[in-house]
Amino acid sequence: MSERYDCREAFQRTLVDLATRDERIVAVVNDSVGSSKLGAFEQAFPDRLINVGIAEQNMVGVGAGLANGGRIPFVSGAAPFLTGRALEQIKADVAYSNTNVKLCGQSPGMAYGELGPTHHSIEDLAWLRAIANLPVIVPVDPIETEAVIRWAAATEGPVFIRIGRVPVPNVNEPGYTFALGRATTLRDGADIAIIACGTMVERALEAATFLAARGVEARVLNMPTVRPLDREAVVRAAVETGAIVTVEEHTIHGGLGGAIAEVVATEAPVPMRLMGVPGVFAPTGSALALFRRFGLTAAGIAESALLLRRAAA
Amino acid sequence: MSQLHVQATAEEVREKARAIRRRNVEIIRAAGLGHIGGDLSAADILATLYFAVLNVDPEHPDDPERDRYIQSKGHASGVLYTTLAAAGFIPDSLLDTYMADGSALNGHPDRNKVPGVETNTGPLGHGLPVAVGTAIAAKLDHSPRRTFVLVGDGELQEGSNWEAIMAAGHRGLDNLVAIVDRNGLQQGARTEATNALDPLDAKFAAFGWAVRTVDGHDVEALLAAFRAVPFERGRPTCVIAKTTKGQGVSFIEDRVEWHHKVPSAEQTEQALEELS
Repeated sequence: MSERYDCREAFQRTLVDLATRDERIVAVVNDSVGSSKLGAFEQAFPDRLINVGIAEQNMVGVGAGLANGGRIPFVSGAAPFLTGRALEQIKADVAYSNTNVKLCGQSPGMAYGELGPTHHSIEDLAWLRAIANLPVIVPVDPIETEAVIRWAAATEGPVFIRIGRVPVPNVNEPGYTFALGRATTLRDGADIAIIACGTMVERALEAATFLAARGVEARVLNMPTVRPLDREAVVRAAVETGAIVTVEEHTIHGGLGGAIAEVVATEAPVPMRLMGVPGVFAPTGSALALFRRFGLTAAGIAESALLLRRAAA
Repeated sequence: MSQLHVQATAEEVREKARAIRRRNVEIIRAAGLGHIGGDLSAADILATLYFAVLNVDPEHPDDPERDRYIQSKGHASGVLYTTLAAAGFIPDSLLDTYMADGSALNGHPDRNKVPGVETNTGPLGHGLPVAVGTAIAAKLDHSPRRTFVLVGDGELQEGSNWEAIMAAGHRGLDNLVAIVDRNGLQQGARTEATNALDPLDAKFAAFGWAVRTVDGHDVEALLAAFRAVPFERGRPTCVIAKTTKGQGVSFIEDRVEWHHKVPSAEQTEQALEELS
């Protein structure tokens, strides 16, 4: 688990492969060929790489129009601008119109740490999770990124996929199959549950190792689908472990932790701790420095789990 | 695909437009809701498109090779639904449910409920970007199908339109026709008093479009313009249709307060008489 990868590489590789087999696939970008790593796609399919310039509202509308014409558009741009700038287009033209548009938010969370909060995408899951008819997916590693891109191309309808830039190890085995709305148990345990997505999953797994050394067996779930949520896995975790820590590279308001808390509060109330960015604009710093700042590390998660167990006891 | 209506004469189109206006007034009266000014403003444009220009077939509303008609001014759903009914896309009886509880006919159109609607509009500034997308798709397919998009004039204050206008010009989308319903009024006041659009033709031209201004209530002029598209090879087409908000009903014409007022029983009677 030591080798780390940029999930955008798996995204671009998979998209080129899919486009080779299916001419309906096109990419739509906002001057983001480089930041979406779509240089190879552009070279192979120059006509099918539609660069609308720095214009996110038009980009999403154009994606909806291409889908109306029978194409399968992967609309790709930096996550903060794709989601924030074009939020109403995502709602009206994609989700409500039910068009076959694949929204790909690149470099989300605090990947652009040093560039400051304008470039952080730590609200995207909350914004998009509130919209009906829009699956929201956070692939955890390159294996899952490839699986999700293939699933999206083969499945009619809108979707948002959050594609990470902060390097992560593969936590899934080759041959992994993605199913919408299904969590995977990466480590079993009955003392506490840690439910995470994206960059936080490897840290949750490390935290579980740390906790095991202290006699606490933590269950670790990877929850790639933020909407629709795997309610059954959440309820099982609540009932079988009695306490849940959620961890995400996102504000603690309205993201994965919020989604899980909605289920826990209504179906299986147990104590919880929500880890993420605590409702502030982050200071200047690299992604890893900001993770440390907000306790989004293996040690921070383990400490949070121990505090929660103590409070719950 | 069949081209059911493309043969209609100007006189036939005018009669269709009169019928559409009458029915439009009736359904707004029945619903107690609607955007009557903007509906009546666009009726001649829709009648001309649906009965003499668009290659669309109500029997096959999803035919991949159909022309696309995108109505960006979604609040003028009354004229869209009434025209779709007149053209056979939806039953006329459905119009009686306009905006009623549970009806398919929302105040703003929903493509998943109403055959013939291409995209869900209502928030302004959404139609042109989608139209650029359908036009690019036709180019990728080397298809002769065309996209006609109707935008309100006040709506052009939304910046997303100018992103799309710039992209269409850059790409030379000569299979795209934007029709501006230039009635000069927006919800609260005149466009020129609110956030001026003129010189609108020069603005489109500066973005690489071929532009003509026509009388938006003169069916012959509309027909001549629509049959001449693209005005220039390699350029998107803009038809600025000079219209009167509320056209056809004397007490509604060019009055800002009639953006979404509903006529009384007496006023309805008078309107229907003026439109007969």
